[in-house]
Amino acid sequence: MGLRVLAVDDSKTMRDMVGFTLKNAGHEVIEAGDGEDALGKLGDDRVDLIITDINMPRMDGIELIKALRMHNIHKSTPILVLTTESDNSKKNEGRAAGATGWIVKPFSPDKLLQVVSKVCP
Amino acid sequence: MPQDFDLNQFKATYFEECRELLDTAEEQLGVLQVQLDDVDIETLHAVFRCVHSIKGGAGAFNFTTLISFSHVLETTLDLLREGRVDLSSDLVDCLIRANDVLGILVHYAQNEEEIAADIWQNIAHELEILSGQKPTEIAPQETQKATSSLIASLSDYNLSADEEEEQGWGLFLENISPGLDGDGAVEKDDQGWGLFADEEPQINDSAEITSDKPHYRIRFVPEPHLLQFANEPLLLARELNTLGHCHGVADLSRLPPLNEIAPDVAYLSWTFDLYTDHDLVDIEEVFEFVIDDCVLEIERVQDSAKDVAEDKLLTRPSTEKTIHKPDDTPEKSLAQTKPVSPSPTTPDQPVVAKHEGKKSNNDTVNTTTPAVSSIRVDLDRVDRLVNMVGELVITQSMLKQQADELANNAGLRMTQGFEELNARTRELQESVMAIRMQPVKSVFARMPRLVRELSSKLGKKVDLITAGEMTEVDKTVIEQLMDPLTHMIRNSVDHAIEMPQDRLAAGKPERATIQLRAEHKSGRIHIEVIDDGRGIDREAVKAKAREKGLIAPDEDLDDDELDNLIFAPGFSTAQSVSDVSGRGVGMDVVRRNIVSLGGRISVFSTPGKGARFVMSLPLTLAVLDGMIVKCGSEKYIIALTSIIESIHPLKEELKSLMNGDVLVSVRGEYIPVVNLHRLFNIKGAVTDPAEGLVVIVETERYGYVGILVDELLGQQQVVIKSLEENYDPIAGIAAATIMGNGKIALILDVDGLAEMEHGAEKRRKHAKLQQQIFLSGE
Repeated sequence: MGLRVLAVDDSKTMRDMVGFTLKNAGHEVIEAGDGEDALGKLGDDRVDLIITDINMPRMDGIELIKALRMHNIHKSTPILVLTTESDNSKKNEGRAAGATGWIVKPFSPDKLLQVVSKVCP
Repeated sequence: MPQDFDLNQFKATYFEECRELLDTAEEQLGVLQVQLDDVDIETLHAVFRCVHSIKGGAGAFNFTTLISFSHVLETTLDLLREGRVDLSSDLVDCLIRANDVLGILVHYAQNEEEIAADIWQNIAHELEILSGQKPTEIAPQETQKATSSLIASLSDYNLSADEEEEQGWGLFLENISPGLDGDGAVEKDDQGWGLFADEEPQINDSAEITSDKPHYRIRFVPEPHLLQFANEPLLLARELNTLGHCHGVADLSRLPPLNEIAPDVAYLSWTFDLYTDHDLVDIEEVFEFVIDDCVLEIERVQDSAKDVAEDKLLTRPSTEKTIHKPDDTPEKSLAQTKPVSPSPTTPDQPVVAKHEGKKSNNDTVNTTTPAVSSIRVDLDRVDRLVNMVGELVITQSMLKQQADELANNAGLRMTQGFEELNARTRELQESVMAIRMQPVKSVFARMPRLVRELSSKLGKKVDLITAGEMTEVDKTVIEQLMDPLTHMIRNSVDHAIEMPQDRLAAGKPERATIQLRAEHKSGRIHIEVIDDGRGIDREAVKAKAREKGLIAPDEDLDDDELDNLIFAPGFSTAQSVSDVSGRGVGMDVVRRNIVSLGGRISVFSTPGKGARFVMSLPLTLAVLDGMIVKCGSEKYIIALTSIIESIHPLKEELKSLMNGDVLVSVRGEYIPVVNLHRLFNIKGAVTDPAEGLVVIVETERYGYVGILVDELLGQQQVVIKSLEENYDPIAGIAAATIMGNGKIALILDVDGLAEMEHGAEKRRKHAKLQQQIFLSGE
């Protein structure tokens, strides 16, 4: 019943917090440090949800979303972007690229789980 | 869940991460300073990401000052990378200082100390002015907002009606369908049908029960592309149902014939009747992610629920109505909504209850671990491992020794076994030591900025070239490297490098170069600082040394010796005390630091051309290859690296001086003998060098010195235990170690010993010098 979630963030603190929360709720979490890392770790394996930061080295969140939406396997996987309140424009950029929803940092664990349940059956 | 989620457990990671981010930011800002004319946008991005990550974490832990300040910094960087503000040298300089302040704030946050506003407000202000931001209040206010929303969300995340945007998440109402490819789509639509069919009876039941609750009618018409963003109407319906009792009817009018159905197009639309105590904002929240990709109408139905079933889409007894069209911005529609919001009941309680319901899931602990390529380990643990392995080595060698004593009985196979054990333990030890090895980059990386700051302060033009940054050395050494290296670089910029016009006059390029390089050489790390400045002024050195009584007035020294006088205690050739190189205690402190690490330093200078400082340090301070020597009943350890040879002197090779000192002649050279037994007052030791053994060691200041011991016991790697940390410093002793039998043995400090012996001799000879040595603290 647990979901397979890919958490992408260049900050280990954030990855830890997302990972801890989701694992505690019985989900499986795969962590990646940037977009390229995420694509590499995903390959053709299906996950139930992808949570990604926007500002990352090498490949940022927006490019990652675009790449995922072009991908046969991942094009309909729900994607949540992590944004800060100051990047409203980023939120819209994420939407335009094909993200499913967003979570504003900092988030509470309950909120994260609530949003996850909102986009994952 | 909240009680499981202790934020503190992430703090250690955060602060560690902060330090790395601050370093990276500094490094990149340094790069920025160099590329001023031709800025690589990636550099700005990199700095931005660092600050952004620090701010993100600060938000999570509610470090308000850190949030405010990083926000200002972040805004500046954002303006820069969008090209709205031009990069100037002043601005980069300010950013570098701001990065420092950020580091200080992180430090305060880590120690949970109060932060005085003047630490950061001035620089924040300066940044704002330089980057043309609206100064002052904005940042603090935003912080307040961020903080308050955070606190709200952490406590019970009460979704306040006025702050929809602060709810902290949303859906781009588009598509929530996992696995929606190929034939999956039809199946999905089937599911949607199935759900509502299934739930219908139940909802009908509840309609009666809830008829007294406020009744909303929600019309939800997804745009055809909604599914392409993985938003899922089914889940929205399900979530609506959690708010109260919900009855949905699908509108199939847009559904094409089966053979024309595209898998990722949303054809269906729905009308929901929702009976709930939640207010309008909560209902809208359900649709938050999809709000821009659908037509959404929510109306409050005032009449009784009973007619609703018949009315469906036809009648509209609306008194309150909000309509979302895709082109509406959420804010705008929200504004429309507010005045007509039904009076809120208490939405908190159901929300809280819902969360408590979720707790049962939490017990299922994760079973899989994510694959990671590196892990962070507390240094203490590594140290413990290093110690354990070191002691394993000792036990192993002790065991071997005991087996050897059994000698003939032990047999060949036993010996072979020990050989293998020996090889394995060595290998194990090397692997463990490798864990602590780090590239010197972390130290080198700070030097460019030091050079930059100093040279601009002094009006000099200096380029720093580094090489071999990736040379690895034990973490303990890295930590100790910073001060001496900083001192040397400072010294070079301050004293060695000439002013630009002087350089031009001397026919040198206007910009001076300082090279900083590291490399491994015979089991040690060599670090060189090479400048192309004026070199050491030997006449000045000589005059100064005479003035200070470091050399006798008539004493003649060769060039090398003169140059190396700059390391003598209390020596400085600086004309005046500058605030750059401090009080001119300079190089002798550097030398002392390096010697205390078991290192050596020397200088090679060519007047007018420049100077080259060469440091050689052990790769680790945790273990040491030592020679165990016996003196009376005591055992001491001498570092193998300092031992040149051991000799049994003949009677005629020994010369006694009037003052009782003994010299030993080795191949025509007279070397002073240190009487260990006399210095340490050891009973029962060999007192006649002709009967004992003289270990010739190389010291930093006194050249070759012979140490008189009874005998050599063998060579062994020992784990260094600091005396300063565990006891008190003792003259002539560098550190201690624990032997295989559990006894403590002291590691000799050969320089200290020579100093003691030499000091005693000089005291007799030269009262003035004695004072000098005392002043130098040695």
